[in-house]
Amino acid sequence: MSEHALRLVELRKSFGPTEIIRGVDLDIHKGERHVIIGPNGAGKSTLFNLISGRFPVSSGRVELHGQRIDGLPPHQINRMGLSRSFQVTNLFHRMSVFENIRCALLWSMGYKYAFWKLVGRQRRLNEEAERILEQVHLQARRDVPAAMLSYAEQRALEIGATIAGGADVILLDEPTAGMSLTETEQAVQLIREVTAGRTLVMVEHDMGVVFGLADRVSVLVYGELIATGTPEEIRANTAVQEAYLGTEVA
Amino acid sequence: MSEQSIKQTPAHIAPAPRLRLLRGAGIWIGALIVVLVLPMIFSSGHSVSMLTQMCSAIVFALSYNMLLGQGGMLSFGHAVFSGLGGFIAMHVLNAVNDGALVIPLELMPIVGGLGGLAFAIPFGWISTKRAGVTFAMISLGIAELVAASALMFTGFFGGESGISSNRVVDHTLFGFLGVSYGPSIEVYYLAGAWMLIATFAMYLLTLTPLGRMANAVRDNPERAQFVGYDPHLVRFLQFSLAGFFAGVAGGLTVINYEILTADALSAIASGTVLVMAFIGGIGFFFGPILGAILITYLQTSLSSFSEAWLMYFGLIFVGMVMYAPHGLAGIVMAHRPALRSGRAGKLLLSYLVAAVPTALLLVGLISLIEMGYHLSTAYMPEYPISLFGVEVNVTQLRYWLGAVAITAVGLAVFLWVMRLIRRAWHEVNAALGGERT
Repeated sequence: MSEHALRLVELRKSFGPTEIIRGVDLDIHKGERHVIIGPNGAGKSTLFNLISGRFPVSSGRVELHGQRIDGLPPHQINRMGLSRSFQVTNLFHRMSVFENIRCALLWSMGYKYAFWKLVGRQRRLNEEAERILEQVHLQARRDVPAAMLSYAEQRALEIGATIAGGADVILLDEPTAGMSLTETEQAVQLIREVTAGRTLVMVEHDMGVVFGLADRVSVLVYGELIATGTPEEIRANTAVQEAYLGTEVA
Repeated sequence: MSEQSIKQTPAHIAPAPRLRLLRGAGIWIGALIVVLVLPMIFSSGHSVSMLTQMCSAIVFALSYNMLLGQGGMLSFGHAVFSGLGGFIAMHVLNAVNDGALVIPLELMPIVGGLGGLAFAIPFGWISTKRAGVTFAMISLGIAELVAASALMFTGFFGGESGISSNRVVDHTLFGFLGVSYGPSIEVYYLAGAWMLIATFAMYLLTLTPLGRMANAVRDNPERAQFVGYDPHLVRFLQFSLAGFFAGVAGGLTVINYEILTADALSAIASGTVLVMAFIGGIGFFFGPILGAILITYLQTSLSSFSEAWLMYFGLIFVGMVMYAPHGLAGIVMAHRPALRSGRAGKLLLSYLVAAVPTALLLVGLISLIEMGYHLSTAYMPEYPISLFGVEVNVTQLRYWLGAVAITAVGLAVFLWVMRLIRRAWHEVNAALGGERT
């Protein structure tokens, strides 16, 4: 049994002649909250897209619980226990909040492609969907189409849909981007609650969020990790200060 | 909020079937009664045959909407599956007539369905790998391929004369009741029963995990992947089931007409079902039913009124796409909040006022179209035609001026009255919004 939930080995990604991810090695421990920071264009979202199978890797390996997942299609990676959210809200926009959550639950609860069962009659499925709805505080918006939610609500639903399937490794891509101060606080609280007992990898810009939530932080600059460590170590790291923090925190 | 959601997101079918069970059962019982009673009101041979064809068209249009409305797949070749299913049913029916097979006539729609399914599986696997434009183009290619094959394989498709058969066979399930399916009324009830069964089955399918994921893949195939589903497989299964129900419709057509030609799987037939679904409203489950009824009626009745019926058909389609993109069902559903709150009276009044210029506008437009058609196609254009009780000689300018004047006046008043309707709508909706907050 590997103690790493997720392992990136010499990971590289090029788009044409441009190398965006330039040899990333990273071990994510089981159960930790790991935040990836870095300036705009550092390749943070690309890294997520490589891990979750959205883009094929150019070279290197991605391992989930010791099993190679690079080269697998996203739905298979998801079935192996990795779930992700998106920086730009990516929901089933014409379906209701409840339906969004319920669809996110279907595979993990074993329904597969069944066309001989009625979803309305599946008690456990519906109870579980209601429970997640409650967890992300969207009960009042249960029957509203996802497209009509406020931005913060859509982000909450995005988190709900990401955790619904019971994946033990959760990737969140800038979950608090564009939120007000209060909304951010609520979102951080929500993330803390719903990822308890799971492994969280998160891209974040807000330094308050980063240092409040992270067990460990990795700094990605121009496709390379320049440091990984506890928030205190990262804060004290001079290379990081030069490359990134100096401009944002000072 | 809810009325807004109805207008803006028509595909949203509210869940919680337990709460709606009673009301839901009422709708199905109502449909059953309508199916039973209709041929008693419209009892002429022509009407009964048309009603039978409507049943088949309803199944066909609903199966098409499993692709377009529910799965987001714009197919230009759905008639391939109703047509091929129909030909399979036709050959099986002939084999039954020859005594080579024993299958009760009542089950022919299932035979057609299995035929449609058998072809939908390979064609579907190829075409559902991608959605969007790719899917649409492949569906068009397959439709052309099959239409071309129909001209080559005359043994199976019967060439220009098609394949015919006899629906009165020795073995039927209800033969002991004296039913032979010779009289068209008996065929109507058979088609009606199958229509209700197929409609109910397709409705239930929307409430299954596959049906829900078809909506999910329609909305966002990428997200569907990240909750564990392969969009290709979801589309493929949905496509295959749609092919099955298209085949059922083909089987019903075979029983009704006892003849099938290659026209049944032509691009025109595929286009017609698209128009049915779209005019009815692809965002609502029952939308295509309305479209199938209207288009079948127009096809069978309008064509006997006017040679220019395809022109009207096209105008209706273009008008719906431009001004009522949610279809007939969208128009119906948009009125629901107003009806429920008892504010529909105001709207009704404005509609009544609008009916006068609308009628005038239609009289003018129809006159122009008919006169133009007569002028360009008739052997003797100076021979007068009768339009709305007036003898019109289309070679004389004054009749043209008259028609143009009627159209212009109708249009002017119509546009003015539309403002009235818009204002009434605005007031009703504003009042409804005020109640909610």
